[in-house]
Amino acid sequence: MTNFLKKQNFWFVFTPYFWLVLFFFIPLALIFKISISVSEWGMPPYRDMFAFTKEGFSINATLSNYAFIFSDSFYLRSYINSLTLAFTSTLICLLIGYPIAFYVAKSKENIRNLLLILLIIPFWTSFLLRVYAWKVILQGSGIINTILIKFGFIDQPLSMLHNHYAVILGVVYTYLPFMILPLYGYLVKFDLNLIDASSDLGAKPFKTFFKVIIPLSLPGIVAGSMLVFIPVVGEFVIPELLGGSDKLYFGKIIWDEFFINRDWPIASALAMSGIFILVIPIIIFQLMYAKYNFKNE
Amino acid sequence: MSKSFLKIESVSKSFGNTKALDNVSLDINKSELFSLLGSSGCGKSTLLRIIAGFEKPDSGKIYLDGEDITSLPPYLRPLNIMFQNYALFPHLNVKKNIEFGLKEENLENNEIDHRVKEITALLELTGLDNRKITEISGGQQQRVALARCLVKKPKLLLLDEPLAALDKKLRVQTQFELVNLQYKLGITFIIVTHDQEEAMSLSDRMAIMKEGNILQVGNPVEVYEKPSDKYVANFIGTANLFHLDKINEKTLIKELNVEISNNSSQNKNLCLIRPEKIKIQKFENQNTQNQCLGVVKEVAYLGSYTKYLIESNGFNFYAFMQNEEVAENLKIKWDDKVICTWSEDSIFFFDD
Repeated sequence: MTNFLKKQNFWFVFTPYFWLVLFFFIPLALIFKISISVSEWGMPPYRDMFAFTKEGFSINATLSNYAFIFSDSFYLRSYINSLTLAFTSTLICLLIGYPIAFYVAKSKENIRNLLLILLIIPFWTSFLLRVYAWKVILQGSGIINTILIKFGFIDQPLSMLHNHYAVILGVVYTYLPFMILPLYGYLVKFDLNLIDASSDLGAKPFKTFFKVIIPLSLPGIVAGSMLVFIPVVGEFVIPELLGGSDKLYFGKIIWDEFFINRDWPIASALAMSGIFILVIPIIIFQLMYAKYNFKNE
Repeated sequence: MSKSFLKIESVSKSFGNTKALDNVSLDINKSELFSLLGSSGCGKSTLLRIIAGFEKPDSGKIYLDGEDITSLPPYLRPLNIMFQNYALFPHLNVKKNIEFGLKEENLENNEIDHRVKEITALLELTGLDNRKITEISGGQQQRVALARCLVKKPKLLLLDEPLAALDKKLRVQTQFELVNLQYKLGITFIIVTHDQEEAMSLSDRMAIMKEGNILQVGNPVEVYEKPSDKYVANFIGTANLFHLDKINEKTLIKELNVEISNNSSQNKNLCLIRPEKIKIQKFENQNTQNQCLGVVKEVAYLGSYTKYLIESNGFNFYAFMQNEEVAENLKIKWDDKVICTWSEDSIFFFDD
């Protein structure tokens, strides 16, 4: 009996790990392998890593791809652009999302469910379509310009599309629910009596907010920020559709290296560097945060 | 102007179409332990929240120590409230919870430390400073909540169902501690409770509320012995209520068809005889006044006393008897014929 259970537990526990190995670690290893390969014309467009020739066995591995991307500030700048975009939009999502999440969490139950459905409904249409819709709204003959011209506020249509503001708008719009939902998850458990208690003990509203509400929803803030920040760093579709030539983003550069320049090793090296530059600080942050939480428990 | 410490002057409050408080006036004295008692939805919690400042009354005024506090926000009111669920801050430890309110007063650190030490000693919380709120027992949480309020030396302490979350044994012990504490500190306490026993044992005076109105204000003895109406009589303790009839100059208890001398009834139409004031004995002989014949329908042995449900003349009422002697068995049992007697002074007369 216990053996039987153990067997079941084994599959229960390890299925996600097999999934992770199959669809995450193996592809990651392949990308890493390509990133240290030597580029050449052909299919695939890089040299085999292990070669048996008449001269014998040789390994064709190189770090020159990495050396190249770190020597050209073009790549670094695009990466910084992406980080700035991710940071700005995470901050905006937090500023907009927090009051919304708070309001939803504190609404009466029937209204709350309706509001949650309204938050989730946009996901029923394709992400691509929703970003395209912004293109229609923002373009020269779009609804905003038409209205502004009709009411005589402006003579010439404003160019709102194809700049990095449009990208931020698109990113915030798309990723806002990912900020709101984890925040909501923490705020809905929040005991409103704590706000009253803080006020009763002499704390003015803004102090209550920073001493009671924020600390107690911190895990939600961290989770929401991660869910927005990490995917936005690699975001490709939104800058492609709404962005212009004023700023180049990292995701777009990788795409170009892969599909336009057909330089798979450089593209892979970029992808690997991106992951490591991002993952290492996040791991450190998570460890510190876990330690902080542990200390407080 | 009266010398009342907290004066509630014709306060009304509605939520939508429901009137939570209907023109309520109340005077509470300094250093008094006052209870607001009523079943749920009677408006007692709303009144407490209005005093604390979490709700604004639709009309009426509230004065504390002569000062109009009606429009002051909660953080400026010199009073504190202890919540039913304690509302302790889960992200702070015991000490940080207790000093939370003092930090808002911008006191010096050693003054804060001194006062926290003083209150933790008083409430026997010493040594728990660094514990998380979830790591201490329910009784300790209750005392931390109390300490967090008292450390601010409020003029008035509001307690919302302070004992409801404790188990029965601890509740009785804490009742006495609360009374002692109040006596020692001399702070005015207002306690909201639905538990009449709790209100009786704690309060100097109490107000019984129903549907947004105060029915009676008085000390526990007055309220129990001389209720203002039927509702209060039934709400506090067990009540045997009878109608009175006047026939040919004689006063009769209608339901039992028993005569009582009519000098005390003063033309009232209702009377109350508390169950413990009725003595029951096995039937022997019968008088004419203040007693009746009955049959025991139910018996509930409760250790210190026994509850009997008596049927007499087709009407049911209760009688409580102290179990005065050590006995192997009950002397009076189901279906026994009994004679019930009470003294004339134990009847309270009032109007419907």
